[in-house]
Amino acid sequence: MKFAVLSILMAAVAFAVRAADITGVVTLQGTPPPEVQYAPIMDDPTCSKLYTNAPFTEFYVVGKNGRLANVVVFLQNADGTDITGKSTGATAAPAVLDQKGCLYHPQFLAMQTGQKLIVKNSDPCVHNVHIISKNGNPEYNDAQMAHGPDLTYAFPKPEMFMKVQCDIHPWMFAWISLFDNPWFDLTANDGAFTIKNVPPGKYTIVASHYKLGKQSQTIEVGGSNVTVNFAFTVK
Amino acid sequence: MNKNCDGQYNAWLHWFAVLTAVGTFVLLGAGGLVTSHDAGMSVPDWPNSYGYGMYAFPASKWVGGIFYEHTHRLWASAVGLMTTILALWLFGKNARSFMRWMGATLAVAGIVIAFLISGQSSNGAVAAATGIVMCAAGFVWPRCNPAAKWLRWLGLGAFLLVVVQGVLGGLRVVLFNADLGAVHGVVGQLFFLLTCALALFTSRSWQAGVNRAADYIAGGRPFRALPFAVLAATALIVIQLILGATMRGQHAGLAIPDFPLAYGKLWPDTSAAAILHYNAQRIEVMHVNPITAFQVILQMVHRLVALTIFVLVAACAMWAHRLEDTGAGSLKTQLRFHRRISLFWVALIVCQIALGAATIWTHKAADVATAHLLGGALCLATGALWSIVLFARPWILPEPYPATASALGALATK
Repeated sequence: MKFAVLSILMAAVAFAVRAADITGVVTLQGTPPPEVQYAPIMDDPTCSKLYTNAPFTEFYVVGKNGRLANVVVFLQNADGTDITGKSTGATAAPAVLDQKGCLYHPQFLAMQTGQKLIVKNSDPCVHNVHIISKNGNPEYNDAQMAHGPDLTYAFPKPEMFMKVQCDIHPWMFAWISLFDNPWFDLTANDGAFTIKNVPPGKYTIVASHYKLGKQSQTIEVGGSNVTVNFAFTVK
Repeated sequence: MNKNCDGQYNAWLHWFAVLTAVGTFVLLGAGGLVTSHDAGMSVPDWPNSYGYGMYAFPASKWVGGIFYEHTHRLWASAVGLMTTILALWLFGKNARSFMRWMGATLAVAGIVIAFLISGQSSNGAVAAATGIVMCAAGFVWPRCNPAAKWLRWLGLGAFLLVVVQGVLGGLRVVLFNADLGAVHGVVGQLFFLLTCALALFTSRSWQAGVNRAADYIAGGRPFRALPFAVLAATALIVIQLILGATMRGQHAGLAIPDFPLAYGKLWPDTSAAAILHYNAQRIEVMHVNPITAFQVILQMVHRLVALTIFVLVAACAMWAHRLEDTGAGSLKTQLRFHRRISLFWVALIVCQIALGAATIWTHKAADVATAHLLGGALCLATGALWSIVLFARPWILPEPYPATASALGALATK
């Protein structure tokens, strides 16, 4: 018994030592189309009170030196197929989606299959949380009253950009990308991403932006960290 | 009240049929606004609304998309009631005992639902009240003779179709099925057509039989082509409405943002790279689904079919104006009718094309897109009613058609 426990511990330590992080930056070259104001928000009697001026869409969040946010970066097998059956979502901390100012925050989310999604309503008005899958996940449409109790969901299948929308306020959208493994990240405002604890091996690393499509590279992860950068172009 | 429901003109019945058609037209507009505002799923439950019975949902909660969806449901139930009354009216005195029994049954069922099914008390109460009113109405219902058998069946068909249409709308919500939404849109148009036909069949003109196409047998070749051209254009409008409903059901906004060109070309590039470029450039607030090559092609087909319809309808107007003026009194009236309706149809199609262009130029503004939908309904109704008039056969026409027809048949053989 002691031998077995010791063996497992040693294997875990060896894995931890050999597993590596993949880091990088995603940039955008060219000038994206200008964002537009959520004009209809000012027509809503409740939502309009939350703003002096209508906020703008945020499809292209570009920082200094063209660094691009909200890009989903994830790993696939070397042959380009999805990595399945490796989800640790059941034990992962829940992802949170808040409805605040009659908009979703964050607008883009990445999480694992089986991971809990908690949807909050911080607004002084009712919303309906309408989740629309195109890849076999269950569709939901639940009412959530003003400052109402949180709603909790979990999804069994991987999917890119699964849509969440409020039909009461038809400008409210969010997109959730679901993975059957923990090796993914969403770029922050500085365009940076980190995929942690990647086991050694050959992979295809993919960067996917809702508007710009996706790019991929083949990488090999050994014992040390790997850096991969992506550059999207908008014409 | 006029006791002659059969064979002779009943003004009350006719105007009620017209009212039902107008109510259905307004309902189409309400449904169009629901889709234009992407509000179809804003009330997540059905037949209840946020747990309230449909008629007990407080007006203070009709906010945002809920307003469009809930008022659509309420108006739909009013149209359902009007259609039920119209169908019963066509059955005349025969409906009396049916109404009493059905009303009593509905009242009992409503009471049972109200007391036994959790969360359905208000719907049960409405059903019970409707049953009581129906039962009571069965005692004072007009004692007129029933309408012709085929017309009674048509009324019954309208009743069944409005029930199916209501259930389709509800299933679209509870089954999360967007395709059912497109079917709901098309069936709505067909139901409007049916109510228009009922208004025509109960009209004084129809009862008097003045619009008999067969009377123009003497008109020669242009006339023989006319009915088939009108029917073909009407069938094309049905296809066009299905295309339109499919486009709206995609919830992707404008697949092509410019008109008369498409992405600056006569025929747009639909390669994968081009579609990626279009999506990268479009910043939508309301309809954020990315567009696909299928949607771009769908809109191009919609444009081409619109052009074909215009040419065909213009040809119909030309043929109608080439009908021979025989100079006879009633025939002259018919000639005027065919010429006027042909011009009216051309004008409608022109307006409809302009509304289609405006839908694009206004970036699919909800009111303009809805007006375009209603324009399509009017184009369809006009073509379909004209087709009915042109293809009317003796069995469907009231007396004294056979005598007139035989006289005109003799004229035609001269």
